[in-house]
Parts: sequence; C-alpha cells; structure tokens
Amino acid sequence: MDVLVCIKRVPLSGGKFTITEDGLDIESAKLGFTISPHEEVAVEEAVRIAEKEGGSVTVLTLGPPDAEEQIREQMAIGADRGILIETDGQEWDPQGTASAIADAINADETDFDLIIMGNESADASGYQVGIRVAHKLGRPIATGVKGITIADGKATFERPVKTGRELYEMPLPAVVTVLDGLNIPRYPSVPGRIRAKKKPIERLNPERPQPKLEKTRLEVPAMKAKQAQVLGNGPDAAPAVVEIFKQIGVI
Amino acid sequence: MSTLPSRAKAVIIGAGIVGNSMAYHLARLGWTDLVQIDKGPLPNPGGSTGHASNFIFPVDHSKEMALLTFDSVHQYQEMGVFTECGGIEVARTEARMQELQRRMQSAKSFGIDGCKMLTPAECIELVPYMDPDVIIGGFYTPSVGVVDSLRAGTIMREKAQEMGSLQTFANTEVTGMVVTDGKITAVETDKGTIEAEYVVIATGLWGPRLAKMAGANIPLTPAVHQMIDVGPVPRFADAKGDIEHPIVRDMDTNMYERQHGNGLEIGSYAHRPILHDPEELPSVEEAQLSPTEFPFTAEDFELQYEQALELMPEIVGDETVGQKYAINGLLSLTPDGLPLLGETPEVKNLWSVSAVWIKEGPGIGKAVSEWMVLGESVIDLQSSDIARFYDHQKTRKNIKDRTAEGFNKTYGIVHPNEQWASNRNVRLSPYYERQKALGAEFYETAGWERPFWYETNAGLVEKFGDAVMPRTAEWESRWWSPIINAEHLQMRETAGLVDLTAFVEFDIQGPGALDTVQRVCMRQMDVPIGRVVYTPVLSDNGGFKSDLTVMRLAHDRYRVVTGGAHGMADLKWFRDNLPEDGTAQITDLTSSLTTLGIWGPNARRILEAITRDDVSHEGFKFGTCKSIEIGSLNVLASRISYVGDLGWELYVPMEQGAQLWDALWEAGQEHGLIPVGIGVYGTTGRIEKGYRAFGTELETEFNVVEAGMAPPKVKEADFVGKASHLKHRSEDPVATLCSLTVDDHTSSTGEKRYMMGKEPILTLDKGPITDAHGRRSFVTSAGSAPSVGKHVLMSYLPPEYAVEGTKLIVEYLGDHYPVTVAVAGATPLFDPKNERILS
Repeated sequence: MDVLVCIKRVPLSGGKFTITEDGLDIESAKLGFTISPHEEVAVEEAVRIAEKEGGSVTVLTLGPPDAEEQIREQMAIGADRGILIETDGQEWDPQGTASAIADAINADETDFDLIIMGNESADASGYQVGIRVAHKLGRPIATGVKGITIADGKATFERPVKTGRELYEMPLPAVVTVLDGLNIPRYPSVPGRIRAKKKPIERLNPERPQPKLEKTRLEVPAMKAKQAQVLGNGPDAAPAVVEIFKQIGVI
Repeated sequence: MSTLPSRAKAVIIGAGIVGNSMAYHLARLGWTDLVQIDKGPLPNPGGSTGHASNFIFPVDHSKEMALLTFDSVHQYQEMGVFTECGGIEVARTEARMQELQRRMQSAKSFGIDGCKMLTPAECIELVPYMDPDVIIGGFYTPSVGVVDSLRAGTIMREKAQEMGSLQTFANTEVTGMVVTDGKITAVETDKGTIEAEYVVIATGLWGPRLAKMAGANIPLTPAVHQMIDVGPVPRFADAKGDIEHPIVRDMDTNMYERQHGNGLEIGSYAHRPILHDPEELPSVEEAQLSPTEFPFTAEDFELQYEQALELMPEIVGDETVGQKYAINGLLSLTPDGLPLLGETPEVKNLWSVSAVWIKEGPGIGKAVSEWMVLGESVIDLQSSDIARFYDHQKTRKNIKDRTAEGFNKTYGIVHPNEQWASNRNVRLSPYYERQKALGAEFYETAGWERPFWYETNAGLVEKFGDAVMPRTAEWESRWWSPIINAEHLQMRETAGLVDLTAFVEFDIQGPGALDTVQRVCMRQMDVPIGRVVYTPVLSDNGGFKSDLTVMRLAHDRYRVVTGGAHGMADLKWFRDNLPEDGTAQITDLTSSLTTLGIWGPNARRILEAITRDDVSHEGFKFGTCKSIEIGSLNVLASRISYVGDLGWELYVPMEQGAQLWDALWEAGQEHGLIPVGIGVYGTTGRIEKGYRAFGTELETEFNVVEAGMAPPKVKEADFVGKASHLKHRSEDPVATLCSLTVDDHTSSTGEKRYMMGKEPILTLDKGPITDAHGRRSFVTSAGSAPSVGKHVLMSYLPPEYAVEGTKLIVEYLGDHYPVTVAVAGATPLFDPKNERILS
C-alpha cells in the first residue's frame, strides 16, 4: 500500500490575529505554523496502514518553501518522502491547488493506492480540494470520514451522521477526506525526528494558474470577550462543577 | 476588585517571581501602601516565570550569585515549594572534568556542602538511564532541587496582602511614567494614574520598554532558550511527584535533562543565539501561548536531539516516547550575564530588579528590598548594580553583541581572565597606536583597551629566567604570559610606564565639597591642598562600598580617582550624597583626562630630565600632588603607588596624552624605561605589596578592621559607616585578611600548578574553615609575587589561623597544596618598610 497524504501549512491559532496592511494576509512574523488536526490524523492513519500493510507514506503540500517544516514534522511521525509544490507565498484557489496536486500525483513514479486529505483546510476551509483531486484523477472519494479499514484490496470508510453511521466500500485506488477523531495521532519521537532530517523531499515549481477565486480582503471577526464565571469557592463549588461536566458530556 | 489607588509608597510593576518577592520583602521590612500591577492575569501573567524549568543548581563561580541562590533556596524551602532531588553535572571531556573540579572549589569556598566528584559508574547509579560510555565523570550536588515558582509568587504576594501592606491589580498595563525634576513621581496605567514615591520595575524582559518611558535604561535583551518535553517515559510511569530523579546537566553540550512527572524535559543553551527586541514582544492577546513562549524552531534543535539521544538512549531513543511540547522560551540576558539591580542612575527612586533567574528570585527580592528600605543589603550586590554600566555598554549593539557571545557560555568553561571577542576597540587611549607598535596584548576594562603585557618585552623573559615563574599547565597559561612577571622584575630594576587611562576621575566642587567628601570617605579629607588620600568608602554597616583616591586640589575642590570597572557606581554614590542645597557639584572628567603611571627606581631621574619642577623626595613628598610642567604640558602629578615603587601618576587632558607618552618615552630610554602592562599593575605589583583590590578583597561583607586597613585614628567628622566602624574597632575581628604563600606547587601528576583565585583554604585535615559569621575562607586574589619568588594567595582567616607561620592547605583542581600564612594583616611581603616608595 502506497499512501499519499496532503497537508497544508497554516498559522497556529491561539493568539489574536493581525491583518497585514494590504488586507490580504495575516501578520505571520511572530506566528508559529502547523497543519490542521484533520491532517494530523490523516498522516497518523497513513503511517498505521503502512506499518500494517507494508508500503510507503508520502506527504504532499502546496505552499511556500518554509512548508518544508511541516513536511519534516510529518516525516518525524513516519512519512517516508515529501513532495513540496512550491509557491511564492500567494494563496492558490481550490481549483488551481487541485490541478497542481493531481498533476503531481500523475507525474509521480509511485501509483498511490490511497490518497488521504483533511476534510477541509484549517484556514480557508474550502471543502473542495479533495473532491476536485478525486474528480481529476477519476477516482472514487468519500468525505468526512472517521474510520478506515483496508482489507482484500478494498477500503471501507466510515462516516458519522446524525442518525448513526454510514459505511462506504470502495475499490482502490481511492481518495478519502478525514476528520479529527479518526485516531489519536502520536507525538514524533526523537529518533523519528533525526531520521526525518535525512528523508528526501522533491520540489515542484508549477506556474500559478490564473485564479478563478480571488481573495479581496480579510477581516478579523470580533472576538467574543472571554468570560469567566466563578462557580463557587472550595467544596461548595463541587455541585456546580459536576453540573458543568454533565453539560459538556465528560461524565 | 477595588479600584486603583491614586497614591502609593511604592508601585511594583510585575507579578512574576521577582515582583512578588519584592512585594513580600518590602512589606516585611515595614513598607505599607504598596501597589503591585501587572498587564497579564494572575497567577501566571505570561512572563518568563510562567515557563521556567524551575530547577536550581546552587553552585556558581560568582560568590554573589551563589549566596543569593543559597538564600533563595532557603526561602523556597520555608514556603514548602522546594523539592530536593540532587543534580549531576556530567563531563564528556577532560577539560570539563577540570572545570567540574573548579566547581567543587567554588562549592567549598562559598559553603555549599555535600558535593562530590563521581565516576561514570557512580553517575549511572544515580541516573541509570544515562549511557556510561558517553561520560567520563560527574559533579554531584545533593542540594539541587525544583521549585514551584508560580506558587511561591502567590504565597509571597498573599503574605504581603495579609499584612495589609499590598494591593495587587492584574490586567493593568503601564502606559507612562511621570518624572519630575529627575525623580519618578507617578505611574500611568490604563486603569488610572498612581502617584508613588518609589517605582520598582520587576517585569523581566519588558524592563527596557518601561525604563524608556521614564528616560532610564535597563540594558537587557530577550533571548530564546529552547526546551522540549518528551514522554510518556515507561521508566517514569509510576512517578508520583514532579521530580524524583536527579537533574542532569550535560555541560559539554550546553544542555540539561530532567524528569518532569512521566516526561523528560530537555533544555538547551547550545543553539545559535536567538535574540528578540523588547519593543517587539507580542501582547498578552496576540500571543499564541504566552508573550514569552515563542513557537519552537526545530531546525535550531537538530544537534540537540542527537546529543540527548547519545546521553540517554533508553528514553530519548524509545520510539514510543514522543515530543509532547516544545517552546522557544524567552529569558532576559545582559551584556555581562549578571542581573540589573538597584536604583537606575538616570531617574531617582526608579528601581530595576531585572534579569533575575528563578534560582535567585526570592534572595534578590530580599536583598534589593533591604537596599531600598535600609540603605544596604546583607549580601553585597556590587556586581549586579545597574549603575555599573557606561553609556556605550547600554547601547543596543553592545547588548546584542555581548549577549550573543555570552549565551553559549551559559554552561561554558569560562576562564577567570577570559576576554570578550565582540564589540572591542570601543574606548582607545591616546597611546593605543604606540602600544600596538610595541606588541601590546590588549585586555578590556569597561570598554577601554588596555595593554596587559607587551610582546616587545619578550626578551626579558630570558633575562630573568626562572624568576618569571614560568607555567606549564595550559589552564594557568591561558590569558597569561611570563612577560608579565618579566616586566615586573624589570620595573623593579629600572622603571615602567603604565597606561591608566581607564581610571574614572570626577571633581567635587563648591562650598559644600568638603562636607560631601568628608561624609562619603572614611579617611580625613580636611587636609592641606595638594594632599592625596587613599580612602575606603564605607557602607552603613562598615563594609567596603569602594576604595579610591582623593586629591585636594583647592579649598573647595576635590578630585576622586577610582577604578574603571566600578567607577560608574562610585560616581552615582557621590552624586547620591551631594548636599540637597546645591552647594556642591560633580563633574565627570573620565573622558577628559588620561593618566600615565611611571614607577621604578629610575622614575625620578626620568621625570627630572623633562621637568624643571622640583620632584625630589623632599620637594615632592609621597601622598601629595601638584602641577608640574613637562615641555608645553601642564601635568597634574600625584606621588602615590599601587605597585610598590617610587613613582607618580601623571594626569593630562586626553588630547595631550600622546605628547606626554613621547616625552617620558624619550627621556626614559637611557634609564631603562619599559612599557608595563596591567598584568603587573593589577596583580603582581599589588599582591606582593599586600594591596587589596575592590571586588575581590574589599566588599560590603568585610569591614575595614578585617581588611587590616583601619587607620590609627578615626576622624572627628561624621561619615557613612562611622558608627559601625567604631564598633568594629572595639571588637576583636572574627577574620583577618592574610597573605599566604604556596609551599609546594607540585600536583599529583608532578606538574607545577598555580592557583588563580576563589580556591578554598582548608585545614591540614582538609576541612573547610569558617569564621564566627559563617563566612568560608577562600582565596580572594592569587598571583605571582616575582620579587619574592612566591605565588601569593590572599584570604580572610579566622583568628586561630590568622597567625604568621600557620600551615594550611589550598585545594586546586582536585589536588591539595601546602600553604603558609606569610602575613596576617596588610604588611607587604615585598619591601615591608616601603623604603622604595618613600625613597
């Protein structure tokens, strides 16, 4: 089984974002970068499949040269090689992104049996790239998946819905977009990090196609003021705490 | 929450470990109406305290830091937030093993007991998850521990609140400082303005930003310290506490590893220096984690992963152990690596308590509070005094250059005489080019480039042969040359010319000048015009605040001459003591005047050759100064000596220095004049004369009687420290400063070794020596005394040992050497009757 996982370099959230002067980007000088939780479980799943079935895991991203950092992080988890479709830092629209990814996949020596993507990116949240790539490759796709089983050359995907769960069985090769909760991703080990340094990354430099979707302006939505409610002091607070735990479903 | 008060005795800005320590200790010492503010939330406002690794290794080569850390540990223990776990500093190299032996010396010298050297097997017994093949030994400190610094801060803050002395306001940001007539009067915040008598900046790496609002300068830079946490570690699965295993410092890789619950924390000071700008820190809202926790840059940690793996393969090499957390944590670094404590020299009543680590926090809070409330601290803070810096040292360039250079020395093997490589040639004397031509080896003091010795004197080494006391061991030969001792011997035969441009000079002038110097100086200042007085400057407790020379130039004018290293703090102390009615003023002449010293038996002949003025023994008495003409130069000549020979200090305007040099040089040729470096002036010349130096022998923890410098009579006039001094004179001293000579220099491997300073002095059965005040005996200064053919050590000794002829031991790099008390007190070893100086 050769698995390809697509990831995207996005700013770490947690702090207040500031928009650049031209209104088209966020100030990133002081920001750290990561990938979406959906993509973290995607890589973890791919590594588990390769561990079980044999084969390889390739991580692909379209982004600035600095996105090598995200590829290396995933190599530390267990991905074997990386493909970095380099941009000059400009955002590519979903169609352009999907075309470039599909071209890269078609051009690659490896015939990937399974392509896993996050259900949507953490920043733009277009929900499109997975489906567009599958369409361009002419492969079946399941989206919003939280369970993957590989057996007898076929894949079974499980998708939670309000009333229960849906199961999809597909021939390989296939494409799947997954959701956080698919598994609990491991932390990279130190030997994993050391190995990651030496793994190969292939760089591609396609032209950015004329975008059909243009970003005109970003705005930071008004943040909800943080609200703290004192539930009580000492043991007197216990019943209120229990009530909250029940509400959020942890007990 | 109550509203911000409009007035306070003191506003403490910052609620990290330092601000909380200050709040508690100021309240404990009796100050009420304290207001503490922080722009972040409580209990973790987001500064460096919040992400500190919180462990404490008490041994330090700086006595000041060691004592402050020792006191802090004691306070943490009293608060119940200290967990002792022990710690091992491991060595991968022989050079490091030697350094660990030095740490053993510092431990014994400063009273940190129970430390021992370990073999690799002994290291593994304590920390079984280390690979014994990677290390060659270790240094174990049983009293290493971990603290809960946030909890400690809360406890101290709440104690001050319970006393009714403190109100604390979180989420309150300073927007401005009000300075009136040079004095801080109010702090402006987003919640209102507080008028305050005192303002304390205890904000860690935000200090520069706040100081700037008041027109002051706190010279520090935020720097990254990388730390990762890996786990869960199977071996630690049953860990019940935060820390159960000894902390390991992998000194040669500039890293540490500590168990933290079921994880292992790995920190590094080895990566490239990553310096940030205090002006560019994110706000609490903008920060992803906190304003002082920046995103981890894994590429800077690549080598560290491999080195951690080497040392602890069982844990770090475990594929199931993952990196759970990693940050680029910010801490405060200063140009010389020491904290920034005390009133800012720019603004009265504005105090800095900055660049303080968790290990020193409560001790420094206590000491600075004592300084604010009582006028002085029990632990001498001289090397951390924020007033120590010259303007050039506070520039952005100097801060960045020196912190970048110093960062990787955090666990480094730093030689006592090691020189900075960056930002040199900042202050050049008028003789610089001439000195370069003479092959000067330049060392830096306070920015000045000063010749330490001259390569053109190399021929003298042969002339004097073994009398130069040649050294074979690399450690003692580093930053040293036998030429120093050869210059010394030649000066004693003919004459030497010494560049003393680094001196700090300032004039005190006006009708109130006499009262001012009388008050500050211990010795009689009401002397005839033209007298030069060497005097201690005391703190209230009778310890040494400084020692310096004062010339009376007119009925209403005194010139103070003091050393370059401590001169700025001296200047501030005199300024602080000026009369409030403005009847005396200070003029700093440091950059206006240059000084050349000429000493040796031929000094007078050389001077006579170029001046018509009377420089005879009778016509120019020792301890006097007067103007003499040398060609077209009007020179202020002062007949004193710090090297023990006949001679003068000669002062001229900076721009005329070169002319003075040339005149002396030319006239000196037929009298055997040689250029002499600071190696002689600062060490060999003084040590064989038993002259004490500020910062080594002289500090506030020792008094004038103990230093053997009490004059026969105490002057009538009042002076700072007089009451204490009178008391000290009426008591038998519990320690006396002695000069010891080394009887046998042969090490266990048969090599001759020479102590460098700070080594412990031990009894014949190798036990520590402690005086009645709990102070250990150790070598304050060490150096060659070429004219007496001995290596001399100075040390304070309790009365039972401070007896000439007493045999003792000095520990040096793991070996023990016999020493003898040669002089108890200040009598010189060389020329004890001072016949040379008075010739």
